[in-house]
Amino acid sequence: MNHFPPFTSRVIPLLTNDIDTDQIIPARFLKATDKSGMGNHLFADWRYNPDGSLNSTFALNKSEYQGSKILLTGNNFGCGSSREHAAWALRGFGIQAVISTSFADIFRANALKNGLLPIIVDAATHRRLRVLVEETPAMELTVDLATSTVTLPGNEAVQFTIDGFSKACLLNGVDELGYLLNFESRIRDYEVRNSS
Amino acid sequence: MTLFDKVWNRHIVVQKPDSPAVLYIDLHLVHEVTSPQAFSGLRARGLKVRRPEKTFATIDHSIPTLDPSLPIQDRLAAKQMQQLEENCREFGIQLFGMKHPKRGIVHVIGPELGLTQPGMTIVCGDSHTSTHGALGALAFGIGTSEVEHVLATQCLLQHRPKTFEVKVEGKLASGVSAKDIILALLARIGVSGGTSHVFEYTGSAIRSLSMEERMTICNMSIEGGARAGMIAPDDTTFEYISGRDFAPKARAWETSLTQWRQLPTQQGATFDKSITLNADELVPMITYGTNPGMGIPITGCVPDPAQGRDGSEKLALEKTLKYMDLQPGESLLGKPVDVVFIGSCTNSRMTDLQQAASLFKGRKVAPSVRVLVVPGSQTIKRQAEREGLDRIFKQAGAEWRESGCSMCIAMNGDELEPGQYAVSTSNRNFEGRQGKGGRTFLASPLTAAATALAGRIADVRTMISE
Repeated sequence: MNHFPPFTSRVIPLLTNDIDTDQIIPARFLKATDKSGMGNHLFADWRYNPDGSLNSTFALNKSEYQGSKILLTGNNFGCGSSREHAAWALRGFGIQAVISTSFADIFRANALKNGLLPIIVDAATHRRLRVLVEETPAMELTVDLATSTVTLPGNEAVQFTIDGFSKACLLNGVDELGYLLNFESRIRDYEVRNSS
Repeated sequence: MTLFDKVWNRHIVVQKPDSPAVLYIDLHLVHEVTSPQAFSGLRARGLKVRRPEKTFATIDHSIPTLDPSLPIQDRLAAKQMQQLEENCREFGIQLFGMKHPKRGIVHVIGPELGLTQPGMTIVCGDSHTSTHGALGALAFGIGTSEVEHVLATQCLLQHRPKTFEVKVEGKLASGVSAKDIILALLARIGVSGGTSHVFEYTGSAIRSLSMEERMTICNMSIEGGARAGMIAPDDTTFEYISGRDFAPKARAWETSLTQWRQLPTQQGATFDKSITLNADELVPMITYGTNPGMGIPITGCVPDPAQGRDGSEKLALEKTLKYMDLQPGESLLGKPVDVVFIGSCTNSRMTDLQQAASLFKGRKVAPSVRVLVVPGSQTIKRQAEREGLDRIFKQAGAEWRESGCSMCIAMNGDELEPGQYAVSTSNRNFEGRQGKGGRTFLASPLTAAATALAGRIADVRTMISE
């Protein structure tokens, strides 16, 4: 069974570089003791006006992007804090893949553990996607993790890079903690070897 | 081999081809914000904490810095803190809790208690875990799922990062400090220059820094995208650790010393990347923008978006200047500020407070500025009070608080109002970081103190020579 089946969606453009996790979810929303409801606070300071109403000029609020599952962002998405709440908020909102030229390390690791696919494309592909979505906001992409491809309008498939282990975990629904627990005897051996 | 290679290799439990390593973790630090969901995960699976004696917790992010005996107003924060207390009790973890005399910011108390030691692997659900690398540990921030992994298995799945040497040669001029070194590095390499790398800071300028100054530098490695930053342990390190609560004692100390002396990078070892900074040329730095890489010399000017290298850089600069309400080409010197914050895991240790106090002594802060001094731990608070620093701060008109993360992350009620400007010794100037709509200029404790006195952004060098 494929735990990360291909999907097709419009693409929300949020093309600022270096979007930090304080923007993805501001710190005042980190006081929760569970993971639920984080989607409501996604990009809270950009998405809502000071009076709490929706900022209609912000991409996530535009009618054409309601229900979209793909975010196209600038370079170095997710820099800053280690808060996994950023991944929970994106997933809670319904985002399944973020496309960028690069991701911050901790964010990327958090995303992969929450069924959120960080798609890294080269600068040329990124520019093309940017132009496509600017020209045709209703443009749709198909993301297929099994083949590591993003399919553009006109059926052109572009390859993206992802390490084999992360890919296998997402596709096979491998839970990393379960995987680690299987090494119990090796961990015990290590502890015996290194106890002084 | 490099320092990083030695520490990494020693902690590999399993390394399968084309898979991340199973890496053993020697010390796991826990705080109230990023741990509740991890403990819930353990409970749901019926798991225990594998090595509670390698796990230590504290409450720092949401803790009020005013009178700690008052009930906490923020219901959610109070619940989160209480949850950590319950989790620690249930899973047998030592907690430096609300009333503990040695509580403080997690990255301040780790080294202070002697928990942080050379050659260790250290993690915490907090990106500024990089701080502990100052003692020659491999220390990095992790997400909450990974917190759960470490609680359950004392291990993490990690891809081997690459190495990046940051060499700083020469001698810092008067008024220039460790914070200026790291802000200058970030201005050079940007906020993603170190992504997927571990920094090792080397060179004569680094060697001559105190432990506390080294922590300031390693702390902000993550602002350059590097998950960890390390400094080879030396006599400065060993002197710092010796005698601390959790430091090895007697024969164990001698054994540890022998091992720690083997850790430094061997001559001829190579790094994947490297950069050199000349300490002689460094000046006090300040950020103008909304990420820590947007730094300029204190005498410099705000850049013009028109001169951005490409469209996206122009756009980013325009967006930044709009948020900060600054003009291209504007000098920051002399700009009035509303708040000065001296604190955070970057700059809240004794040296930082002593530097600020040396400027405040016998002077008054400008009446237009609210000045908050927040020590990094209760131990530092008591030490500062023994040295009379609290009286200097209070007489100068600054607020002297209990320890905690405070206005660095603005989760505890210490926050900027919308539109306010702050000079802050913390680590992040992201939009809204210090309070919704607040605007942050990052700088050293010396620059912050000079600014507090002037009521405007000031060049500390002019005050020292007065």
